Amino acid sequence: MRDLAVLFKGNNLQRLLGGLGVTLELSLVSVALSIVLGLLAGVLMTLKNPVVRAVMRLWLETVRIVPQLVLLFLVYFGMAKTFNLQLSGEAAAVIVFTFWGAGEMGDLVRGAITSIPVHQRESSAALGLTRGQTWRFVLLPQAARRLIPQAINLTTRMIKTTSLVMLIGVVEVLKVGSQIIDAARYDAPQGAVWVYGAVFFLYFFACWPISLAAGWLEKRWA
Amino acid sequence: MDIEFMRRFLPMYVKAAGLTLRLGATGIALSLVVGALCCLARQFRVPVLRRVAGVYIELARNTPLLVQLFFLYFGLPKIGVKLSAETCAIVGLTFLGGAYMAESLRSGLEAVDAIQHESGLSLGLTPMQNMRYVILPQALATAIPSIGANAVFLIKETSVFSAVALADLMYVAKDLIGMYYRTDEALLMLTLAYLALLLPLSIAFSLLERRLRHAGFGGAV
Amino acid sequence: MENVLEIRNLKKSFDGNGVLDGISLSVREGEVIVVVGPSGCGKSTLLRCVNGLEQPDGGEILLDGRPISAGNLVEVRRQIGMVFQSYDLFPHMDVLENLTLGPVKALKRPKAQVEEEARQALARVGLEDKLRALPRQLSGGQKQRVALVRAMMMHPRMLLLDEITAALDPEMVREVLNVVLDLARDGMTMLIVTHEMRFAEAVADRVLFLENGKVVEEGKPADFFHHPKTERARQFLDTFEFAAVKKA
Repeated sequence: MRDLAVLFKGNNLQRLLGGLGVTLELSLVSVALSIVLGLLAGVLMTLKNPVVRAVMRLWLETVRIVPQLVLLFLVYFGMAKTFNLQLSGEAAAVIVFTFWGAGEMGDLVRGAITSIPVHQRESSAALGLTRGQTWRFVLLPQAARRLIPQAINLTTRMIKTTSLVMLIGVVEVLKVGSQIIDAARYDAPQGAVWVYGAVFFLYFFACWPISLAAGWLEKRWA
Repeated sequence: MDIEFMRRFLPMYVKAAGLTLRLGATGIALSLVVGALCCLARQFRVPVLRRVAGVYIELARNTPLLVQLFFLYFGLPKIGVKLSAETCAIVGLTFLGGAYMAESLRSGLEAVDAIQHESGLSLGLTPMQNMRYVILPQALATAIPSIGANAVFLIKETSVFSAVALADLMYVAKDLIGMYYRTDEALLMLTLAYLALLLPLSIAFSLLERRLRHAGFGGAV
Repeated sequence: MENVLEIRNLKKSFDGNGVLDGISLSVREGEVIVVVGPSGCGKSTLLRCVNGLEQPDGGEILLDGRPISAGNLVEVRRQIGMVFQSYDLFPHMDVLENLTLGPVKALKRPKAQVEEEARQALARVGLEDKLRALPRQLSGGQKQRVALVRAMMMHPRMLLLDEITAALDPEMVREVLNVVLDLARDGMTMLIVTHEMRFAEAVADRVLFLENGKVVEEGKPADFFHHPKTERARQFLDTFEFAAVKKA
């Protein structure tokens, strides 16, 4: 219990929160890019063109099957070796998370668009609405209600996955935690349990409200 | 690409893939057990236990596996709880996976029409019999796709085990990069290894899903 | 004659809204009672209380003189058959498995004997060739006939039928109701909720008119349908007569 103090020693707490800031920043930049690219990708995924379909399918299956950590290694180490392009860990992370997130987001957008029953489109046409009006007043609002909770959930997945970037040398909350533990090895031998415990709850309190919001919206719009 | 190099280190990858698969399979199996227990505690509204299950599910779903592992592997020994790296990996994966499986099973149960519960009860089945013969088969059929997605997700998550010094696929690749600077070969083999593990699983589950959907399970038709 | 079912001053409300407000009713052996009334009058709730699917707030229900309570629910349900509006066959089992589940699992009867009985029972409703069909391969009318047979396979003391034809196409209603008429002729005790007034008149020994959770009128079908005593019943019956709203 004594070693709990290591959390509050010097500017340790500040540093941890700063690390969390790096985590959140990386996730939010990746999420924002994923949403923009994902909306585009989702529309492409609904097209009937076989070539587009095949490419999209391949992309989606790749990000679904290859672990994000492997993708990070491919971009971070692979790019450096093959193209002699030494990316920073942060840049590699944003590239990988956007590549992954946009694929997942695209699939969510596709799902939301195709989930709208055909008769919604037909009854809009029967009311004399134009194509644009049908999309604006009937289809998009319904698609959005389905999409938004799932997109929010993707954000929490993104935040959690950001923990991997410490393994390619980015100093985020988990890395700051181990630095603090290393520095206090002799003063606070039991520090690890408190610091990693604190990191655990920092992640939890970053993700949980977002999950709750997604759940609440899902229920409300169901 | 140096094919000869790749051939020389193939056995290391095969061995590592074996470890990845073993840890993954154990974790998935235990996750299903934990998930089912949580789900039953909530379904039958067992006092206290259903609250515990609820808190656990939120904690596990909103924290990264890597952080859970660091806590288990580096944190706990400091207060006298020493677990081997493998045990930590399995405990961590089960902690994470149990929550995901519980949610899949719950949505499967919720998809079963209320009138199915009532029909079973009105035939005089006991609540347990009703669960076993009427509700569970339908719930499982509905939950299969999401259980499959969880299985693929959990095997992917095993890639962080290298961080607690387990010689899994990731670890071998890191080693080859570090020792021989054979980045291209190491990464190519790493990617192929995960594809070899996960592609068949993913395809198998989507075939199963199609068959179940074809059989008209789940939704009352 | 003995009363199979006795309901005394039954009360039930949902979120403070009274749905059943002191219902009393006795059903004799072999008697067929039809309950009619506007939507939301409490008809279905009445049936669901009898089968313990809803917990009554007051009053009591006796089956063969024994009060129904939380302790004997499973036992009671084995003696009362119930068929719902629709969609209540088990979709993951074929017809034979649907029919044998209750007798084999709940009553622990030998499987071979139950299967033979199921075969004969299906033949009586004209579905002997559907033994191995899955519910989704049956028409709505066929599904409901199987559901009736499934309830009868438990050899119940009485049957509860909750708008069993409400989800069917008109041409299928007939085939289902014929099965119910056969059961009535064989002396089955039944409590039926329906919107099919012609059928109600044909099958009922007694008609109960419910409104706002109360029995407003009760009588023989010939009297109720042709000479209703209360104004409310007359208005209700009029809604089924299109002649009354002929284009003026």
